[in-house]
Amino acid sequence: MSKINLIIKREYTTRVMKKSFILLTFLTPILMVGMIALIVFLGTIKDDKVKKIVVVDKTQLYKDVLKNNESYIFEFSDATVDELKNQNEKESEFTALLYITKDLAIDSTAAVMYSDKQVNMELKTYVSGLLNKYIEEQKLASYNIPHLKEMVEKSSTDIDLKTIKWGEDGKEKEASAELAIAIGMITAFIIYMFIVIYGAQVMSGVVQEKTNRIVEVMISSVKPFELMMGKIIGIAMVGLTQFLMWVILTVAILFGLSTAFSDNIDMGSVQKMQEMGQMGMQSPANSEIAADIQQFMTAVNGLDYVQLIVLFIIYFLGGYLLYASLFAAVGSAVDNETDTNQFTMPIMIPIIFAIYAGVFAAENPDGPLAFWCSMIPFTSPIVMMVRLPFDVPAWQLIVSISVLVLSFIGSTWIAGKIYRTGILMYGKKVTWKEMWKWLKY
Amino acid sequence: MTLLEVENVVKQFAEHRALDGVSLSVPENSVYGLLGPNGAGKTTLIRIINCITAPDSGEVRLNGKRMTAEDVRHIGYLPEERGLYKKMKIGEQALYLAQLRGMSKNDALKSLKYWFEKFEIQGWWDKKVEELSKGMAQKVQFITTILHDPKLLIFDEPFSGFDPVNADLLKREILELRDKGATIIFSTHNMSTVEDLCENISLVDKSKIVLQGNVAQIRASHATNTYMLQSTKTVDPAGFELIETVQKNGIFESRIKKHASDSNNALLEKLMSQTDILSFQEILPSMNDIFIQTVSTPHQL
Repeated sequence: MSKINLIIKREYTTRVMKKSFILLTFLTPILMVGMIALIVFLGTIKDDKVKKIVVVDKTQLYKDVLKNNESYIFEFSDATVDELKNQNEKESEFTALLYITKDLAIDSTAAVMYSDKQVNMELKTYVSGLLNKYIEEQKLASYNIPHLKEMVEKSSTDIDLKTIKWGEDGKEKEASAELAIAIGMITAFIIYMFIVIYGAQVMSGVVQEKTNRIVEVMISSVKPFELMMGKIIGIAMVGLTQFLMWVILTVAILFGLSTAFSDNIDMGSVQKMQEMGQMGMQSPANSEIAADIQQFMTAVNGLDYVQLIVLFIIYFLGGYLLYASLFAAVGSAVDNETDTNQFTMPIMIPIIFAIYAGVFAAENPDGPLAFWCSMIPFTSPIVMMVRLPFDVPAWQLIVSISVLVLSFIGSTWIAGKIYRTGILMYGKKVTWKEMWKWLKY
Repeated sequence: MTLLEVENVVKQFAEHRALDGVSLSVPENSVYGLLGPNGAGKTTLIRIINCITAPDSGEVRLNGKRMTAEDVRHIGYLPEERGLYKKMKIGEQALYLAQLRGMSKNDALKSLKYWFEKFEIQGWWDKKVEELSKGMAQKVQFITTILHDPKLLIFDEPFSGFDPVNADLLKREILELRDKGATIIFSTHNMSTVEDLCENISLVDKSKIVLQGNVAQIRASHATNTYMLQSTKTVDPAGFELIETVQKNGIFESRIKKHASDSNNALLEKLMSQTDILSFQEILPSMNDIFIQTVSTPHQL
């Protein structure tokens, strides 16, 4: 087995066998799925406590309008607002007080809701919805046109603008800008995270070997460049392993959950629909959501996954190799980990800049900022991932990748030179000038 | 035949000259000692021989040719500060280092098994380095250094951290390695090991070599004309100096200093006239005395 393979193998196995790696690899997808499930679950829980709303209605018009439901009970009172307020202070009886002073058809601001706490959205929309609907009907009725109500209902439309783009092969694909942004941002963020986390691991690994003087023993049997590249490649493979495990585990968990619960969910939603139907309530919102979901799914299917994954791996490896070699050079130049700060700052700045550029690129994927940042190798792995779902011209991809490949070859070459000298240098306060000198040895 | 030559090596650190014109030559198949107080420059010299640092001037030659990075591959180097991965299991680590030095996995395993048994550390295979004491880790490090049978072995302070039993084990191993044909250079503060092991030494002090040569010759040249006499009767100091006499089981042991101009036989004649001589032996100064004497007095080579 060649020496660099041995080094890669060691870097890979010692890291993959670590408890922290195994824990993180298995727990992260569970946590992610768990968090999503928790949010969904919390959203479905209804507050089953019935809340009382006291209504002081000076106009006496809305007694029949404000209907009780399973969450809210309306109670009408003739007392003044101040009396009720004092009474509620002594013993908290009601959640909110609705005070209607005038006919709302004449003055739409004449209703006020008082409460100790901020009134929640659900109550506010419920009450204003009831009142709106009633006033609307009143107004329509006042025109004295027969069947006006039905006519208005029929004429109500909700335009759903589909976006379809022409594929190169002439096929039409349904596109979704939201999905493109989401996928672009997620992949860009993963690349960002991996560069930072695993780049830092390369650096601390190098510092460790240097402070333990392991490198003095190693250097008699391997070339410094082999040692550096072995570490960088080994850690890259650790990163890819973790990423693949996350993808596989997340998909597996989601798949498992959906098969386990699909029956329940279907039964539940069907039942709900029936209930709604019986109550004679219209549910335009539901069909709208269903349409949205369907559109989303077709958009998901419309993406070119193979291209996306291949380019993700190219940009991930390219970006990682570029930065990891710089991190390795920094690690070799210092004597202990606390000294790394002054050198990591200049490396971190372009990475952080890239994330911001990525956010702007999502808004304007073909703008000059997005274009140039997806060409410059220090930002291209992140920014290009954001642009990718918006169909980047092939020539731009080719230029961007070539520049990236050339840059990481250049950066590993430079890092190799700095590493070669730095790794065996002790007790010297290293400066940028010093590192420049090492380059020319 | 000379294996390694160091010629006029100078190494300057920011404000401190670590080595100032150091030269030495190590004969093949011998044990060479590098002595000197802390901070004298021994480790710097060793690091230069190993091509870890480059000298500012001067050169290191192996077999008469300037040493290259390629030559370093044939050196077994044991650094003073232990070069092992703390979190790695000992067996895996030793195997890894052996394979990096070009041994096949099978050879390395076989050889490791032999050495682990010899050093009685078979049970440590799955332990991590961080669980070991300094001396224990050093045993492991020693094995990894000599495993691939290097022709030239360089040990930096190999005895520090060892108890007397293990230090003795290490001494025997070093002599055995020499007998098998290896050349060994080591640095130490431990003078008794120098007398036991080294044919030649260099004493480094304040970045310069202050004493160099064959151990026996050095000791002879530092002789103080002092002798140990065992006799049946006490002796009177006539024509020589009597330092002290102790009686042990009816035998008198006297330390005697002769006049520098007298020969040994002249001294013996003076003694023979006084008593029956049971034994007569020159007391050579120990390396320890020579070390302290050389380092603590202002010197010139």
